Amino acid sequence: MTPSIAANATGALQETGALKQPEWTLPDRGRVAVFCLFTTEFALFSIFVVAYIFYIGKSLSGPMPSQVLELPIWATICLLSSSITVAIAERALKSNQIQRFKVWTGVTILLGLEFLRNTAVEWSHLIRDFHLTISTNLFGTTFYSLVGLHASHVAIGLMLLLLAFVLGLRGSMRGQARRFELLAWYWHFVDAVWVAVFTVVYVIGR
Amino acid sequence: MPSRLHEWVVTVDHKRLGILYIATALIFFAVAGVLAALMRLQLAYPNATFLPPDVFNRLFTMHGTTMVFLVGMPFFAGLANYLTPLMIGARDMAFPRLNAFGFWIFLFGGILLYLSYVTGEGLAGHGTAPDVGWFAYAPLTERAFSRGTSTDYWILSIILTGIGTTASAINVIATIVSMRCKGMTLARMPLFVWLMLVVSSMVLFALPPLTAGQVMLLLDRYLGAHFFDTQAGGSAVLWQHFFWVFGHPEVYILMLPGFACASEIIPVFSRKPMFGRPAMIGATIGIGMLSSGVWAHHMFSVGMTASSNIYFAVASMAVGIPTGIKIFNWLGTMYGGKIRFDTPMLFCIGFLFQFLIAGLTGVMLAVAPFDWQVTDSYFVVAHFHYVLLGGLLFTLFGALYYWFPKATGKMLSETLGKWHFWLLVIGFHLTFDTLHFAGILGMPRRIYTYAPGRGWETLNLIASIGVIFQAAGVACLVWNIIRSLRKGKPAGNDPWDAWTLEWATSSPPSDYNFAVLPEVRSSRPLWDLKHPEDPDWRYE
Repeated sequence: MTPSIAANATGALQETGALKQPEWTLPDRGRVAVFCLFTTEFALFSIFVVAYIFYIGKSLSGPMPSQVLELPIWATICLLSSSITVAIAERALKSNQIQRFKVWTGVTILLGLEFLRNTAVEWSHLIRDFHLTISTNLFGTTFYSLVGLHASHVAIGLMLLLLAFVLGLRGSMRGQARRFELLAWYWHFVDAVWVAVFTVVYVIGR
Repeated sequence: MPSRLHEWVVTVDHKRLGILYIATALIFFAVAGVLAALMRLQLAYPNATFLPPDVFNRLFTMHGTTMVFLVGMPFFAGLANYLTPLMIGARDMAFPRLNAFGFWIFLFGGILLYLSYVTGEGLAGHGTAPDVGWFAYAPLTERAFSRGTSTDYWILSIILTGIGTTASAINVIATIVSMRCKGMTLARMPLFVWLMLVVSSMVLFALPPLTAGQVMLLLDRYLGAHFFDTQAGGSAVLWQHFFWVFGHPEVYILMLPGFACASEIIPVFSRKPMFGRPAMIGATIGIGMLSSGVWAHHMFSVGMTASSNIYFAVASMAVGIPTGIKIFNWLGTMYGGKIRFDTPMLFCIGFLFQFLIAGLTGVMLAVAPFDWQVTDSYFVVAHFHYVLLGGLLFTLFGALYYWFPKATGKMLSETLGKWHFWLLVIGFHLTFDTLHFAGILGMPRRIYTYAPGRGWETLNLIASIGVIFQAAGVACLVWNIIRSLRKGKPAGNDPWDAWTLEWATSSPPSDYNFAVLPEVRSSRPLWDLKHPEDPDWRYE
């Protein structure tokens, strides 16, 4: 290939391709990346769920799930409804209603915190009253690791929401609707995972 | 000089990060190669006392872990980083800073693994490297049997490199999906990019089981959990499942980048477009899907149910179908072509022969009763070295000769390249052909020595002599790189008369890759440019 062709390469490519082509649009890279993140997180949770199901009823000593677990109805209501509030916040930001955005992000954070508080109460109850720790039996091992993995994802989501809230207070969230949308997706994902964890741990496993 | 170093440390440029990945991979390759040579030295004669058994255990653990996680994986990340944006007509990856994060966390993981030789605690006291084997079966890894911290170095460094690889994979996917230049439809994308897309998707599914298993192991070791603790009702076999659910797709995650390179090199040096391009893409996706459902063929000897054995045997053999399609695609591309036997092509031809044999021994091992006979023997060792050395490494060396001129602007010497190729071929076959027979004669893997009189002596001596040839071959490469960087022939933009977009840039490409973002109308945009009288797009 002669240098002159190489030098003109990009220009000439442009020329040959310039004939009537439909508009060239590709998916947003942030959305693609977050979707990939969900895929890999989904696989991660799957393994912990598989371990949980595999070890149901295999503990050599008590306490057993049916003796100690109670359905976390209130926590579940809080977390699932926070999916709705974050969606409202997202819409508000899209239509530039910053005040509304701050209020609903704040509500989402409170609901998430209430969920984590419930988990903390549940865990301390299990540890103090039933002496169930991660090393007690297979139930303890799989329970704390699966529920803990999910709770840590809730905590990460809360930190990000808090960041968005603080930025909102300082007035820097204007025009960030696209980014906040990805965070909202993450929050929905964490909620969806909770539905799976709830089903496996509190329905099937009990 | 400090400012140049600073530039490399803070860089977010995909080309520099690609070079950093590949340079790091080559350094770890040399280190792991030395570990292998030490083991072959110990095994050259029966009853050798060159290495004590505990040192030997550390050598094969570190060799395996390094080759898979610190050589194979960064080679994938490096090639994908360097080439993907250039091939799809983009100025950088989708997330340049995530890219830098991925590299540095990977490098930190690698350094952490080797730090164990200084700071790890284990059987030998202070300075004990991990010694549990690269797949680290439970319950050996539990606290009761692996005291000290050396196993934790292994766990943590693999979690870290895994985070780096996942970051790379997400970045590669986002780049391919969202950053293609105008006209670069999926149907026109270079095969290399297609294969990288499949590999990256596989990483998303395959790495989490490993990470999850490692986290569980850490919980077992430090918080007294019982995931793999058989005394509390846990299952050591569960670790094997989790590890191989990662481990088998991992084989293809390592191998597909090699296929990707071969799929670029073979057409260019046969002077023909890829034969059966859609079949090639379909076969790749087929391999990606099938490879996630065959993991337990690594576990036939554990004692599974007959129906599991049958399923995993049949599924494993089924992988041979898309792989066979690929071999036919490459041969069909060469058939009737005007083949140029330059070094990149030589390596690809060597790959075709060796990978075919690797595939055949793979089908043998998929037959459960045969596997029971040779499991954990040198037959298995020879088989997967045929895949990873005879298959993967040959294509990676081919890729090095092919793209080195693009990355540096200098040609590598063809003479030294041919020495490199032939020495490596001779050494490879001396070592690994013979080890198949040692395995069939019953030599187990991971033994640090053996008694005379079992028919293994000559085979092992030949295998060890082969290492000298392999080392000489790699020395040719090192000398070739140093020599070319100093006074190599200038490469020009397009030394191989190739057809993909990276050859339309200068060598090395400028920071922004393309002054004007290109537009493409066929799968061989550079051919269209060079042959305006007969462009490919006329036939699409």
